[in-house]
Amino acid sequence: MDQPASISPKIDRSAKRPGSGWLTFSGVIALVVLLPIAELLLEAVKGSSGLWGHLFSTILPAAMTDTVILLAGVGFVTAVIGTTTAWLVTAYDFTGRRVLEWALLLPLAVPTYIIAYAYLDMLHPIGSVQGAIRWMLGYDSPRQFRLPDIRSMTGCILLLGFVLYPYVYIPTRAMFLTQSANLIDAARTLGVSRRAVFWRVALPLARPAVAVGISLALMETLNDVGAAEFLGVRTMTVSIYTTWITRSDLPGASQIALALLLIVVALVALERWARRRQRYASDARRSPQLVLQRVPAWKGALLLCAGALPVLLGFGAPAVYLVTEAWKRYQFAGLSPRILSEAVSTVTIATIATVATVGFGLVVAYATRVRPGAKSSWLLRFSTLGYAAPGTVVAIGVLIVLAGLDRFIDRSATAWFGISTGLLFIGSGAAVVYALVVRFLAISAGGIEAGLSRIPGSLDQASRTLGQSTSGTFWHVHLPLSKAAISAAALLVFVDCVKELPATLLLRPLNVETFATHLYGEAARGTYEEASIAALAIVAISILPVILLSRVGRSRASQPAIGSAGVLS
Amino acid sequence: MNSHAILASTFLAASLLAVPSVAAAAEINVYTTREPALIAPLLEAYTKSTGTKVNTVFLKDGLPERVASEGESSPADILMAVDAGNLVDLVDKGVTQPIQSEVLNAAIPAQLRDAEGNWFGLSYRARVLYAAKDLDLTSFNYEQLADPAWKGKVCIRSGQHPYNTALFADYIAHYGAEETEKWLAGVKDNLARKAGGGDRDVAKDILGGICEIGIANTYYVGLMRSGKGGEEQVAWGDAIKVVLPTFKDGGTQVNISGAAIAKHAPNKDEAVKLLEYLVSDEAQKIYAEANYEYPVKAGATTDPIIASFGELKIDNKPLSEIVGHRKQASELVDKVGFDN
Repeated sequence: MDQPASISPKIDRSAKRPGSGWLTFSGVIALVVLLPIAELLLEAVKGSSGLWGHLFSTILPAAMTDTVILLAGVGFVTAVIGTTTAWLVTAYDFTGRRVLEWALLLPLAVPTYIIAYAYLDMLHPIGSVQGAIRWMLGYDSPRQFRLPDIRSMTGCILLLGFVLYPYVYIPTRAMFLTQSANLIDAARTLGVSRRAVFWRVALPLARPAVAVGISLALMETLNDVGAAEFLGVRTMTVSIYTTWITRSDLPGASQIALALLLIVVALVALERWARRRQRYASDARRSPQLVLQRVPAWKGALLLCAGALPVLLGFGAPAVYLVTEAWKRYQFAGLSPRILSEAVSTVTIATIATVATVGFGLVVAYATRVRPGAKSSWLLRFSTLGYAAPGTVVAIGVLIVLAGLDRFIDRSATAWFGISTGLLFIGSGAAVVYALVVRFLAISAGGIEAGLSRIPGSLDQASRTLGQSTSGTFWHVHLPLSKAAISAAALLVFVDCVKELPATLLLRPLNVETFATHLYGEAARGTYEEASIAALAIVAISILPVILLSRVGRSRASQPAIGSAGVLS
Repeated sequence: MNSHAILASTFLAASLLAVPSVAAAAEINVYTTREPALIAPLLEAYTKSTGTKVNTVFLKDGLPERVASEGESSPADILMAVDAGNLVDLVDKGVTQPIQSEVLNAAIPAQLRDAEGNWFGLSYRARVLYAAKDLDLTSFNYEQLADPAWKGKVCIRSGQHPYNTALFADYIAHYGAEETEKWLAGVKDNLARKAGGGDRDVAKDILGGICEIGIANTYYVGLMRSGKGGEEQVAWGDAIKVVLPTFKDGGTQVNISGAAIAKHAPNKDEAVKLLEYLVSDEAQKIYAEANYEYPVKAGATTDPIIASFGELKIDNKPLSEIVGHRKQASELVDKVGFDN
């Protein structure tokens, strides 16, 4: 993309290059996100004697193998479910398609630790499922007959896959809806069957979207400790945890975390490198919508069943389980008065963090637009590192940075004014918001960048020619055109903030409890039944944004991002 | 709602969230790794009788890091934790201060508190054997867990869980690292399923026919059998019987829940008063009745469910020694691949 300013070098030398403010701001954000990670680096170099020798000779080979198997498995399951369901709802027309379109997002509302616990309980030998099977087969004791234990690698892969596939479904479906339509129609005209179109045109074209989706799902997997613990899978993340907690070795834990972070960054870079020669630019003109293929009723019913399966497994079954358990609990013990204040804290923290995350994401993403090049794209990548590092460790980095700042402010205020400020950031809850921004900036910046990249560069040039400044172009052109991408990012971030546990747990002020921390408190002492209402509340709070998310997608489908730009030209 | 309204309500809520950092008189701030539901009844009772407000934040991992990095600005007065190891970690990090209190020293047996006065045990629990009800078993040694007779019949949570590393560290205190490694490998061979889940899962899995015996903490039996967790759990609790295991040359392994006064406690005097309250007859009764733990104070009554397990003989190895073997125990767990 050409820099409009480079056309007239005379003016360029005297005036500031456009977009410098955006670039600077983006740099500040990247710095703010990198601080906690840099802090971990400082922690790591303190050294931990004999850790790696111990790790290599004991659990590292097994933990590494398990981590790789888990990631490969979850990657495969989410890719298969995510892409096929996305294709199902964009290529075929059948009864129930519209409902399925948004229902497929519902598993996003179920945190990994909740689905793991729900299935563990349902499928336990004394649970309802096996009880029913025994009753049908005429056995009366689990000692006579029981199914294989779900606590296994396979169980873990499937359960994580069922709740994480929407990360692939969302971007892939958006891609199918917009970019591929022209080429798909061309292929169809050339006589290629619809199934072959999927393999030879749609899927290769959607590769960047699928890759982004899978990498998000895998980072969520790497962050999970709860489900892995329930299901008895020992990953590297669990090793980090053990090194830190059981062996009180924070430097060692930081070292493993940073090593893991390097591997993740390398994998993402490898994927980008593998498609370095490919270009996925879209046409500036309104791209026609992919025409849905009407299928016979029986086939439609079949497609509906296939599409509904992941929804039932990833959302339906655990939701029914939670409702039943929460109802039982309600009958037994009533509603805790804490629920209301927890709801307020949960929603407040998630809302503020979402506004901040999306605002910063917008700046970082927009900087790559107005100042394309190595600098801005490196800043974008730096500012998303917080998502690739395990949340527990990032939280510690944030804690050390902010507590240091808090103490400095407190000391200075006491020395100069004789007033103690206490802990400004930690005491006000700002620390939690900061940590959430660090964790989830990747989701907002990545999503918004993808949205911006669909807006053709010719619009920027037109707007600048017509006398708008970079900021003016932002407000009048890009912001309205990427509304869908921004709202989608905001909703995803919100849901993630509601589900987030380690940072909220470590950094929140006195007397503040969210649904997630309450749930964890009960789970930690094994009283899961008392946590069922909080668990249901997390899922319930997340459903609304998830449904809104599907509406965002739909309006984009009926009114592609490019559509309203016609006014300008 | 328009965007201004959303923003306005957001900031309103944000200001509600902020806790005044300069605490008014008669307030105590507690950082705790004990789950809120476990200590809430005690703190509520204290506020009721004294009028002193108690603010809490439940932290799990990272309590020492948080207090340490908050330094002299920290509002924390009392640090509560489970497991002697975690209390010793706090002392090692330099975030506690020693106190001398006649009341505490008189109420708590010497082996359940720090000699320097840095931390105090407030209640304790034992790591015991859950066995299928119909098993013909009345006594048990921890050593027997590795006996091939139990192959495929043992359930236990992750070997890296602090409850287990403390037990294994106790084993090291008795027999040394080499013997402990052999024993751990033997226990691993006997597992009916992967080490994992929680302590209650042991009872649940025994009821489900997955295993016949397992290791878990005493108070879970109280929580299950009392019906506080609902009817299903009564069935789990009734499916097992509790045998108090011992080391061949010692007793049953116990661990404490306890508390320390934070180094920079802004309300130190109030905080000491609260600790002294926690060893009063009233508070010790709540520990026993609400949480099914053993009270530390001599003469305080134990809950009937817990008392029904029989006389508890506490192991002879002091907590301070056991704590020193934790890291080694954790490394042995990795070495024998206990959790794999």
